[in-house]
Amino acid sequence: MAALAHEAHGHHDAHSHDHHEEGFVSKYIFSQDHKMIGKQFLMTAVFMGVVAMLLSILFRIQLAWPGESSDFLSMFLGETWAPGGVLKENMYLGLVTIHGTIMVFFLLTGGLSGTFSNMLIPLQLGARDMASGFLNMLSYWMFFLSSVIMLSSLFIETGPAMAGWTIYPPLSALPQAIEGSGLGMTLWLFSMTIFIASSLIGSLNYIVTVLNLRTKGMTMTRMPLTIWAFFVTAVLGVLSFPVLLSAALLLMMDRLAGTSFYLSDIIVNGEMLENHGGSPLLYQHLFWFLGHPEVYIVLLPALGLSSEIISTNSRKPIFGYRAMIGSILAIGFLSFIVWGHHMFVTGMNPFLGSVFVFTTLLIAIPSAVKVFNYITTLWRGSLVLTPAMLFAIGLVSTFITGGVTGIILADSALDIAIHDTYFVVAHFHVVMGMSAVFGMFAGVYHWFPKMYGKMMNTRLGYVHFWITIIGAYGVFFPMHFVGLAGAPRRYYDYSVYNEFDKPAADMMMDLNVIITIFAIVAALGQLVFLFNFFYSIFRGPKAVQNPWRSNTLEWTTPVEHIHGNWPGALPVVHRWPYDYSKPGAEEDFISQIVPLAEGEEEH
Amino acid sequence: MSFKLVTLVVIVLGAVAIAQLVRLYEHSSKLRNRREEDIPNRDNKLNANMMLTFMILLFGGFIWLMSTYGFTGRGEAASEHGKTYDWLLDVNFLLIVIVFFITNFLLFFFSFKYVRKPGVKAYFYPHNNKLELIWTVVPAIVLAFIIILGLKTWNNITSDANKEAIRVELFSEQFKWTARYAGNDNKLGYFDYKLTTDKNQLALLTTATLDSAIRIMEVGSHDGTILGIKLLEEKLNNPKNIFIPKDRVKMEADLDRKTRLLRLLYQMKYRHNSNVDARAYDDVIEADTLHLMKNQDYEFNFRAKDVIHSAYFPHFRAQINAVPGLTTRFKFKPTISTSEMKQKMNNPDFNFVLMCNKICGGAHYKMKMIVVVDSPSSYKKWFKTKKTFKDEFLAVSAPAPAAEATADTLVVAVN
Ligand code: HEM
Ligand SMILES: [Cu+2]
Ligand SMILES: [Cu+2]
Repeated sequence: MAALAHEAHGHHDAHSHDHHEEGFVSKYIFSQDHKMIGKQFLMTAVFMGVVAMLLSILFRIQLAWPGESSDFLSMFLGETWAPGGVLKENMYLGLVTIHGTIMVFFLLTGGLSGTFSNMLIPLQLGARDMASGFLNMLSYWMFFLSSVIMLSSLFIETGPAMAGWTIYPPLSALPQAIEGSGLGMTLWLFSMTIFIASSLIGSLNYIVTVLNLRTKGMTMTRMPLTIWAFFVTAVLGVLSFPVLLSAALLLMMDRLAGTSFYLSDIIVNGEMLENHGGSPLLYQHLFWFLGHPEVYIVLLPALGLSSEIISTNSRKPIFGYRAMIGSILAIGFLSFIVWGHHMFVTGMNPFLGSVFVFTTLLIAIPSAVKVFNYITTLWRGSLVLTPAMLFAIGLVSTFITGGVTGIILADSALDIAIHDTYFVVAHFHVVMGMSAVFGMFAGVYHWFPKMYGKMMNTRLGYVHFWITIIGAYGVFFPMHFVGLAGAPRRYYDYSVYNEFDKPAADMMMDLNVIITIFAIVAALGQLVFLFNFFYSIFRGPKAVQNPWRSNTLEWTTPVEHIHGNWPGALPVVHRWPYDYSKPGAEEDFISQIVPLAEGEEEH
Repeated sequence: MSFKLVTLVVIVLGAVAIAQLVRLYEHSSKLRNRREEDIPNRDNKLNANMMLTFMILLFGGFIWLMSTYGFTGRGEAASEHGKTYDWLLDVNFLLIVIVFFITNFLLFFFSFKYVRKPGVKAYFYPHNNKLELIWTVVPAIVLAFIIILGLKTWNNITSDANKEAIRVELFSEQFKWTARYAGNDNKLGYFDYKLTTDKNQLALLTTATLDSAIRIMEVGSHDGTILGIKLLEEKLNNPKNIFIPKDRVKMEADLDRKTRLLRLLYQMKYRHNSNVDARAYDDVIEADTLHLMKNQDYEFNFRAKDVIHSAYFPHFRAQINAVPGLTTRFKFKPTISTSEMKQKMNNPDFNFVLMCNKICGGAHYKMKMIVVVDSPSSYKKWFKTKKTFKDEFLAVSAPAPAAEATADTLVVAVN
């Protein structure tokens, strides 16, 4: 019924469109068209990603060659933060903090979900646009504003937030404890507040669109897995981001209004504070109640994108479609009851810890199911190794590698001696810095023709992929071993090990040099992508309507973007999206809009 | 400057060069009538081969890293539970490494083997319930095994320490550790952060520390750097003094804060029972090194003065956070002495260490304490040389005859 209602509205849209031309501002800037908003998210995220990557190169130089003067550092940080080309201790922490914040929230939450949910939800469901174009536009502009505020914090006198991306109080609450907890932290909190609002508005819009605006015949069980992933992601966001907002608000009150939510019995820098009765652990519970769902908010869209890409380019249906939906739902549900695994050694009750061990290891089951299903999809396929396909395969590999180390970390007993070491850093970079980022790249390569009506250069795509996977594995693989040797994370200089264990110090320094070199190579590899991306937008060869010979609805729209997506009536869906190489069919793909042939079974 | 220029020139030239290459490539594609989305078999095959090569590289890299760096690092576990810990880690590692190899192999091998070949159609295979059941149940069983083993160890490690365990407090602040041993009664003295003064850095609670904290709050430090309530009031009330408004607001706030804290101190004083003084008086404070006895059980109590720190003993496989306003505990029993470990590590300069493992400020990375594990006899010899808290605290306070004068000799940490 809802679909029908929209149909009528859609007609109206299509008509009114022939009559007036959009102005530049309403087309490119304050656009309410989901395709343009998706592209705006992508552009902003790419920019933020480049900044965050640059920050990481800056601190990696310090880690590999501690205390040595570097032209590169003084070029970007100047005398204030890198006097004589040597990074300041506090700024090291500032760089790490902002790098993490941007990567997790701005690139992988705003960028990944914002770009592809916007782009694909209406297109793959057969809707004219999002449920609310205005809210969608608002969501983007709030994202933009929060990005600007976050970046501006890099340029203030006392520096950006320096308490790590998790901003645990009391460190983040007390400017006396570190300079970044002054104005820098205030800006961080303001930026994130706006970001959360943006994310909430966006997610609500996605949910409503998925539930109400599916075209005729598009039942929930005929939706592509991408949409399932975006949908569950949006639900996770709506349920968990408000908790982060409360955590941030309480922190703001502790900082500005003298409350004691997180503070108790503190003497900092010689000053005895009156705060009594608050608990720093309260903050951690609130933060990780978002924080763990957040990692799946980051990963699920990537898994959704790669499901689609792997199926299309294997020319085979995704194996176990229903099991894939089941795993997405199971992961979504379980991700709300595992947050305590980040707090095993915080002094939380050990019994509570055991409960979290149990729930956390449960989540490995649906994750394993997904991996096996991907592998089986490849089995006996007819693989077309496009750049998108390569990245999607890379995603599966890194999801395995990062998932299995998660199992070690989830064992509270084992976590005791590796918590907060480089082993954790390695784990989450393999799943976020590789899997999720690979998913994003795969999505860009695959849907670029839909976004810009042009093709990206395939060979440059290959170069980009191979540099990236070799570079990134080269960065994050050795980190496991640095962590197993006991190296704490967020240390400015590992040569402190020289004072008690020189061989360990040597090992860490060796590996740190290797890691930094790979990081620089991988970063340079991204230039290939950036070049390909921008060059192709302007000068790439024109795309055809359905370049990958794919089944989903977005490939039935014209190459030229029009408001309302389909020029005539909305398409009607007759089958699931994965009829690739179906026996008896002539072509190796059957679009969702093709009615079942006589005697054909649905699948 | 020149560096910036060179970098810029290189970037610009690089971009131009790539652009030219791409143009060339596009021209030749156009000539051959090849579209970007048509992946030629040659490219497909090349990438398939790369997949296999990459897999070999990945596995080779892993084996190389494992053999070169996998067994260095922290060395043998030097505590009782640490041995179980290492065993458990090995079991889990073995499992995940097997999974890592098998699944990655299948993934890359299939990507290589099933690359598109002319005339071969993909096999339509949408699902198979039996297969899916198998790979839900098998991981579930393996995980159950991991959970049971893990929780058994976890419960052992986190259970309460026995009575014989020596109580030691580790006090953390930006950026150092201080140890406090629970003297002869094996009971740590009580504390309250408001009692912190220069001579009572750990804020131990006794009648004398209470009195001196109150006195300092009232009359300030003797060198005048820290103002007591009396002086603050005098200054603020003296019409001859003219302050910048900002300073005045600050001083008033300071006065208010101190007045409130003083009230709390008096409350504490009226409730104080001097019987508990003894608990604190026999404690021994040591800021430099943590001395432990081999084969002795310990219960460590952790406190933080300013922000969260984390007490990380990599060689003993122990870690717990130190949280302001909360006392956390961890117990372990060192089983290898420092000199034995030096031999095992084949490194005469080796030492055990306690590091901070929770971001706590700029010098976080320097926050550590050397840990020395000795035989009981040499430990006891060392312990005898240490003064108790009573001796230390009263030694500074004693020479002063009158109460007023005592306060003057105390230099305060608190302003
Ligand atoms: C099988 C699945 C997984 C399990 C069992 C697992 C388990 C864990 C555990 C126990 C920790 C805490 C470690 C510690 O702090 O000592 C952790 C940290 C983390 N995990 Fe996972 N994980 C899994 C998958 C993922 C995925 C898919 C992502 C992201 C896409 C992810 C991102 C992270 C992040 C960001 C952290 C560290 C946050 C921080 O401390 O800064 N994990 N994981
Ligand atoms: Cu988590
Ligand atoms: Cu610390």
